[in-house]
Amino acid sequence: MSFTDSFFPRKFGLSTADLESYLSVALSHGGDYADLYFEYVATSSLGIDEGIVKSASQGVSLGVGVRVLSGEKTGYAYTDDLSPDKIRHACKTAACIANGPSKVEKTGLNEGPQRDLYPVLTAPNDTTLNERVELIKRADRAARAYDSRVFQVRASYADNVREILIATSEGKLSYDRQPMARVNVTVLARQGEGSPQEGYAGGGGRMGLEVFESDKSPERYAREAARQAIMQLDAIDAPAGEMTVVLGPGWPGVLLHEAVGHGLEADFNRKGVSAFSNRIGQKVASELCTVIDDGTMAHRRGSINMDDEGNPTQQNVLIEKGILRGYLQDNLSSRLMGGASTGSGRRESYQHVPMPRMTNTFMLAGDSTPEEIIRSVPKGLYCVNFSGGSVDITSGNFVFSASECYEIENGRLGRPVRGASLIGNGPEAMKYVSMVGNDLKLDEGIGVCGKEGQSVPVGVGIPTVRIDQMTVGGVA
Amino acid sequence: MIQQLATDVVARALKLGATEAECTVAEGNEFSASVRLGEVEQLKEAGSRGAGIRVLIGQRTGSATTSDLTKEGVERMVRAAIDNASVTTDDPFAGLPDAAELGSIDVDLETYSEAVEQLEAEWKIAQAKAAEAAALQYDPRITNSEGGSFDTYLSSRAFANSRGFSGLARSSSCSIAAIPVAKEGEKMERDYWFSIARRPDRLEAADLVGRLAAQRAVRRLGARKVSTQKVPIVFEPRIARSLLGNLFEAVSGDSIYRQASFLNGRLGERVASEYITVIDDPTIPGLFGSWPFDDEGVRARRKVVVDRGILKTYLHNTYTAKKLGTSTTGNAARGLAGNAYVDHGNFFLEAGSKTSEQMISGIKSGLYVTELMGQGVNVVNGDYSRGAAGMWIENGELAYPVSEITIAGNLKQMLLDIEEPGADLEFRGSVASPTLKIREMTVSGN
Repeated sequence: MSFTDSFFPRKFGLSTADLESYLSVALSHGGDYADLYFEYVATSSLGIDEGIVKSASQGVSLGVGVRVLSGEKTGYAYTDDLSPDKIRHACKTAACIANGPSKVEKTGLNEGPQRDLYPVLTAPNDTTLNERVELIKRADRAARAYDSRVFQVRASYADNVREILIATSEGKLSYDRQPMARVNVTVLARQGEGSPQEGYAGGGGRMGLEVFESDKSPERYAREAARQAIMQLDAIDAPAGEMTVVLGPGWPGVLLHEAVGHGLEADFNRKGVSAFSNRIGQKVASELCTVIDDGTMAHRRGSINMDDEGNPTQQNVLIEKGILRGYLQDNLSSRLMGGASTGSGRRESYQHVPMPRMTNTFMLAGDSTPEEIIRSVPKGLYCVNFSGGSVDITSGNFVFSASECYEIENGRLGRPVRGASLIGNGPEAMKYVSMVGNDLKLDEGIGVCGKEGQSVPVGVGIPTVRIDQMTVGGVA
Repeated sequence: MIQQLATDVVARALKLGATEAECTVAEGNEFSASVRLGEVEQLKEAGSRGAGIRVLIGQRTGSATTSDLTKEGVERMVRAAIDNASVTTDDPFAGLPDAAELGSIDVDLETYSEAVEQLEAEWKIAQAKAAEAAALQYDPRITNSEGGSFDTYLSSRAFANSRGFSGLARSSSCSIAAIPVAKEGEKMERDYWFSIARRPDRLEAADLVGRLAAQRAVRRLGARKVSTQKVPIVFEPRIARSLLGNLFEAVSGDSIYRQASFLNGRLGERVASEYITVIDDPTIPGLFGSWPFDDEGVRARRKVVVDRGILKTYLHNTYTAKKLGTSTTGNAARGLAGNAYVDHGNFFLEAGSKTSEQMISGIKSGLYVTELMGQGVNVVNGDYSRGAAGMWIENGELAYPVSEITIAGNLKQMLLDIEEPGADLEFRGSVASPTLKIREMTVSGN
């Protein structure tokens, strides 16, 4: 596809000459760099609750963000009206961050190479609403059929297709179409007069509806949510104190996202406020740990052909055999720190300034079998599901909240345990990783990462790992 | 103008076959200035608009939103909502509020101040710089900064429905913040302080905001882990707010009709200690949970949710009220479109008479919480386990900083274990609490 056949020229008649003239307005006060970020997002969502399809909604959001950089300063403005005078006005507003005569000649925009990590035959929003409703009805039926103790089922489906166009004063012109679809199921179960318990599962990715016909079926997520709720009915109080923790494969990779990932985002390190600042080349994890952030994995929720500054995503090694290797860079931080963007500049929407973010963050597999790892623990906790986490990047302290855990006694799995938060310190906790499984798994595609008020979709993954020492926040 | 558009959209939907319709149109203008180490780091200024519609066709619901307010954009939105209604199921409880519930309270809620609109960019930048500078000068151990900021937001929201309601609510806000970083040896700690108000003259002074932020960051230096034990826990007001947030979720009609709350079936019963009275009041002027009508057009009103420990009411919108055979409490909220959910107005715990020093003075060994981390709250069964940091209490005084610990318990018991609250109730957002002390929780450390 060439530029003229892409979304914005076709739908709004934008030409390269228009883009060049907007960029020159943006640099009219002497900024060093400017970019335009056009975005059009079409969303659809459906919800079933109590067996009734209660909600069906569609939405359109459209706008352009204008950014001007001058040294370390950023000027930003946006408009949801794509008429030329409104765009020019936004360019003038953002331009005022700089204070001097224009110094950039005519831009001369050129298209970079294109790639397609998420070819989709039929975009979700090109299917009929009925096809999409069927997904949540299937989830509802499967969850109710799982066990008679299930008494509430809520399932939702959401998709969006995001069209973006980026033009920079360095002459880069790039565009992308980013589909996303997702199914979620929440189940409540109860036994007699006991307290109800909740289970949750979901998944999706950058693909069309066909994905829900294979391993990511609504039935599978429904049964998984029901299984978790039923399991909780017999759970005992979580223990309190330091102990050996074994993480199951997949979604527990949220550990890496909190303990390591955020602290390696370049903006924090440029400013020297991260617990990982100035520690490149140092040992920050056991030699069993190699941690990667990879935005190029096909159809993954955290993947993007290019980041929101028009740079191609790549596979970034964050920690190699325990040694800190690199930060996640965007344009601004890489310019100021010296170096190149790692394709990590992302933003929630045209109303937001890009900053360094993760994509899909995971640990490479090791040699141990999961059975060996559990067998090695005399007493500890096995955690397989989490509801999320957070981190204070300056002290390095992070928490992540387990929602499905089991006792380990003498190398065997024991009773299920109620949910509890786990807490540790980023640069320290990973040194206690003493076994890494051969069963690397990525999550199902439900991750949302929040930073400074901006949410972006991400992925995580991890093999089964043994952490010799971690604080578990139970009551017992 | 947006009020007219909302009314027009409703009329158009009825013409295209909707039985009922409700429309929200919102516009907002944001300005934010952030500075770091005395230099401007980022300036952002922009405005945006959006509209949303929800239609009923019989008892089936459909919704749509758009940021494209051209005639064609709005027409597409209305048609999309009607299309969406074709795939939903008849829900006998779906509907709009009764006409008698609709209306706006006749009080100036002072949610909008012209003074915010008139602030000059230079002045706002100077405020951000002053807050950061005060933090940097406070103590030599403040060696770095994530900056100072000054933000303003102006918005208008119009709502109309097919039962004749049409209303407009305007609001303004301004806020100032500082995030300093303290360092001792190789260890760094950061903290923040902020002030937010509907009008500039209600903001805390820039240098106070900076000093408080710095004080908090320095106080964290040298934090230790403590051993696992059961002790009394004191929550500072900024943190106690989150417990009120948990309580709100548990009394929300959405949680109740799904039987997804540990407070299900407890109306009229003791759910908290006798010291606890919790109010939801959107009719107090000048605050962040103040509104003249809710997002279904229902008149605002004050409710006593918990009266000296007894649960008096759940909070409802029209739908959750119908599901439970009661009346809306005027707590409907929504984005631009979609079915209403339940939200709170000014939701707060009434102050007691003690100072925080008095509350701490009787504690031999305990935790004063200044930060909570992570999710870890399960409103379905009440399980509570969160990361925490703060000051360890020894012999009635704040002794030393602690971090990398968790606190855990169950909300059912925690509410019953709250002792007499502090006198220091303050509104920093729509949820507010004075200092709270809980008799005992599990602290997990090493």
